[in-house]
Amino acid sequence: MIHFVILNNRQGKVRLTKWYSTYSQKERSKVIRELTGIILSRGPKLCNFVEWRGLKVVYKRYAGLYFSMCIDQDDNELETLDIIHHYVEMLDRYFLNAYYILDELLLAGELQESSRRTIARLVAAQDSLVETAREQASLLGDLVK
Amino acid sequence: MASTTSSIMDTLFQRTLEDLIKGLRLQIIGESAFISKALDEIRREIKSTDSHTKSNALQKLSYLSSLHHFDMSWAAFHVVEVMSSSRFSHKKIGYHAASLSFSDSTPVLLLITNQLRKDLTNPNNEFEVSLALECLSRIATTDLCRDLTPEIFTLLSSTKIFVRKKAIALVLRVFEKYPDAVKVCFKRLVENLDSTDPHIVSAVVGVFCELTSNDPKSYLPLAPEFYRILVDSKNNWVLIKMLKIFAKLVLLEPRLAKRIVEPVCEHMRRTGAKSLMFECVRTVVSSLSDYEEAVKLAVVKIRELLLDDDPNLKYLGLNALSIVAPKHLWAVLENKEVVIKWLSDEDPNIKRESLRLVMAMVSENNVVEICRVLVNYALKSDPEFCNEILGSILSTCSRNLYEIVNDFDWYVSLLGEMSRILHCQQGDEIENQLIDICMRVRDVRPELVRVGRDLLIDPALLSNHFLYRILSAAAWVSGEYVEFSRNPFELIEALLQPRTNLLPPSIRAIYIQSAFKVLIFCLHSYLLQRESTASSYPDTSALSELASKREMPEGSDSATFKAPSHSEQDEVFNPRVSNQSFEELSVGNGGDRTISHGQTSTPVTSENSFTYEAVVNHLNLIELALGPLTGSHDVEILERVRNLLCFIELIKGEVLESLVQKEENLNSAEMKSSKIIKLMSDAFSEELGPVSVSAQERVPIPEGLVLKENLNDLEMICGDIQLPSSISFSLVSNHYEEGVGASLPDLQSKEELEPPSEATSLLAEHRKRHGLYYLSSEKNDIVANDYPPANDPKLRDNQNNDTEDLVKLTEQLLVSKKRPNQAKPRPVVVKLDGDVVPVSAKRPGPKDDSLSGAVQEVLLGSDTRTSTSRSNPSDKSSSKRKGKEKLITDPSFELNDNLGDAEKLDHENPSSRRSKHRTHGKERRHKSPGKIREEREENGQKEKKKSSHRHARHKTRQRADVPLNVVSETPVIPDFLL
Repeated sequence: MIHFVILNNRQGKVRLTKWYSTYSQKERSKVIRELTGIILSRGPKLCNFVEWRGLKVVYKRYAGLYFSMCIDQDDNELETLDIIHHYVEMLDRYFLNAYYILDELLLAGELQESSRRTIARLVAAQDSLVETAREQASLLGDLVK
Repeated sequence: MASTTSSIMDTLFQRTLEDLIKGLRLQIIGESAFISKALDEIRREIKSTDSHTKSNALQKLSYLSSLHHFDMSWAAFHVVEVMSSSRFSHKKIGYHAASLSFSDSTPVLLLITNQLRKDLTNPNNEFEVSLALECLSRIATTDLCRDLTPEIFTLLSSTKIFVRKKAIALVLRVFEKYPDAVKVCFKRLVENLDSTDPHIVSAVVGVFCELTSNDPKSYLPLAPEFYRILVDSKNNWVLIKMLKIFAKLVLLEPRLAKRIVEPVCEHMRRTGAKSLMFECVRTVVSSLSDYEEAVKLAVVKIRELLLDDDPNLKYLGLNALSIVAPKHLWAVLENKEVVIKWLSDEDPNIKRESLRLVMAMVSENNVVEICRVLVNYALKSDPEFCNEILGSILSTCSRNLYEIVNDFDWYVSLLGEMSRILHCQQGDEIENQLIDICMRVRDVRPELVRVGRDLLIDPALLSNHFLYRILSAAAWVSGEYVEFSRNPFELIEALLQPRTNLLPPSIRAIYIQSAFKVLIFCLHSYLLQRESTASSYPDTSALSELASKREMPEGSDSATFKAPSHSEQDEVFNPRVSNQSFEELSVGNGGDRTISHGQTSTPVTSENSFTYEAVVNHLNLIELALGPLTGSHDVEILERVRNLLCFIELIKGEVLESLVQKEENLNSAEMKSSKIIKLMSDAFSEELGPVSVSAQERVPIPEGLVLKENLNDLEMICGDIQLPSSISFSLVSNHYEEGVGASLPDLQSKEELEPPSEATSLLAEHRKRHGLYYLSSEKNDIVANDYPPANDPKLRDNQNNDTEDLVKLTEQLLVSKKRPNQAKPRPVVVKLDGDVVPVSAKRPGPKDDSLSGAVQEVLLGSDTRTSTSRSNPSDKSSSKRKGKEKLITDPSFELNDNLGDAEKLDHENPSSRRSKHRTHGKERRHKSPGKIREEREENGQKEKKKSSHRHARHKTRQRADVPLNVVSETPVIPDFLL
């Protein structure tokens, strides 16, 4: 399974994290520090896999962002790269909230939706819900004023 | 009033998440200051009664917590409040925060059950249902799972695909936390495998893939379903998961392999997707390696990967190759050039992987060439990889008591060469191996002494602190086996060269002690030489007698070069054979002595080397070099320097004098000093051998011996002086451990810990003085004698015959074990690798793990599992069997129960099983050395000196393994057909 997903930029600043296995807050920051160190120090044209604490980390750089996913020893690295790519394409198409897209893509550390169109539709649907709610809220806000 | 105003102000002027992020990136007051300010704001805002303000604050807090790791557990209650908001936008923030920050120990979890239930059953808004599902998949606890199982069960057959697939994925967590849910949900889950919707199938397959990887056995009955998907599905994601499932199942049920091998190859041939192709390859090499055709196809594909430019594929190709290596070494050999080529790849991961493969190829036939190649790579590599290479050479060659090394002269000089590599940091390991080999392999000692001399004599090496340990081994070897040295005087100079002051005290002490031994040897040789010229004996015979004195008790060992078949009958020393073997060596060393016939040969360079001038010069040299050290603050150094200097003082007068009366004084042997020298020389040339671990137990403790009280007193009196020298002692015991054999580490170290370490030096001192009382019962004392001698070996000699015999015995056992090894033709590497498994746990095969784990579940299930499981474990297997039989007709009928049980196994198990397995492995590892030891003891008692020990040992190992194999080969797999 996928244990966690981390996005960070070239300076090592974290942009998104999602944990499918239990890590305490302290462990999380330790893991991130350790991994970003390893990943950022690897030059281009090297392979995208790092063995790490008995697990494997598959990472890929898109523009200035590194996408890393940590998987089990016997998981398929290329498949994970595909998942990352899948996610990146989704982000590309719809750039608003990476978390909610990730929620549609992965659940409990497993890929759950392989169709990009579906994800886009689902996220859009939820956004429209949020939109209506916001309008209502602002209406209410107007009323208060 | 004031609070409402502030809350309105908050609402109107609150910063949104976007503002926060922008602010954070543009801040000028420093990130932490900015964040703590923001956190203060959030703390205020989150208490607001306005749900908008509140959720906004929570969103910001989630952001900071997730990316900057700020604790947000304090806000748990607010999270619950926001979750229960009726507005979707707020709810979403609340759920997200919950899945981010809640853990099993979050107290407010108790409060959200009803909220979750409400959201899960919301008929109008599927997105709210999905929010709850997503959140549960992260935070569900046993209680939550128990309480919400009915709702989840309903959702498993929801008409909304979007909801159903999430519910399916959630089942994974529910089963893990609350195994009883299996009874309720499993049937529905299996039904979903038949779904026509690809999303659903994909989700179910994902769940089964995870479940199977933890406990393959329970899911064997589902094989027909899986097989259908494997053949029919067109979805690569699903196929990859299917292959993973089968890779596990096939190991349990060989008949399955026959069925799937064709479809797997078909996929491998046809697919364009590299990920699927690679998964096929991996499945074949790890689980279907008995099918020649499939493996061949896989190897072709691996080769494609290896030659690809994409580093990812290269890496994976190497990876796959290392899986296939143990069973099909030809696959690796076929790709040998490529593999070696990638040793110089720029990617450290690829290099490491190919190093692993190269090491897998090593056999006794090619070890020399491969090591040559590797050392060359090591010379060119960066320090880190260089050491990785050296480390793997060392561990591979020393595996199973140097199993693959036939030519020890070569190996020893390789060790010497490795020490000289610039980045070498393997000092400890090389030191251990040098001494270990020195103890175990008699024939290699002359070469060892030569290598040691080369290392000692090079002043440049003294500046590299990584080499100190190696140098200490070299010094010890040179001192202990000085009779093989071509020029002992040169050794004295090397051991006392000025740059030795760079060494740490513990090692310097070894240097000095070795110089002492060398000096004794020189003086003794000098006297013998003079004596023999005087009495017109051929000088060489005396010298060679000296040189071969050691061989005496052990008989034919030194003759192994000539006649490995010599055994018991060689008990009587045969000087001719021994001399011949020496001759060969000295020829090899290019000794400047001309040898015309086998009678006259000693390793010592020339007849004239032990001249009076040389002796006197070196006595002076020693006095000069060590004089300043009499003021040393290190106990070890001080002690040894004093010994040496006093000794010189003792004999110097007479030696000088003896020259004057050279001609007339024929009975110089009766001089006091030569007696002393003779005595010392005898003591030093006494063979030091490894000691059996049981040696100590067999020595009776003398009556009335009170060790502890006395030592306690000592500690009280001078508790703080002895600290510095304890280092050197630990060094000694390390070595001892090595010397006895690497197979007994645990027991050993435990014993070594027994004496209070702070008191060691004093203890040693004390023992030395009152040796009479200690020697027969203190094993560690014997240890200390090995290297460097902490007390006078002579003393030990007298009282310790008993132990001494033992020492010799074990030593012989070790050596005799070695010899058939050297002589017998070696099997191919595949078998070799099998041999290695019980000893080195270096590459644990994951498949073995799960296999035996699963088997253990069946066979040993009843004792461990009962604790938490509510079901009766004894009827577990029978019900499972029943279920499997019925499955052929109706896959989902009985299945429910039987898998329910199995499921439980699975879930309370992962950890317990793993730990059990581990301890089991340990037991097994322990077992074999244990047996060996027993056997060794037995042999010792029977005084069987040349037993076919190696053979017997091999048998024990097998014996230890056999029951295991039986266990793993007879899993109770019921009859079932695809």
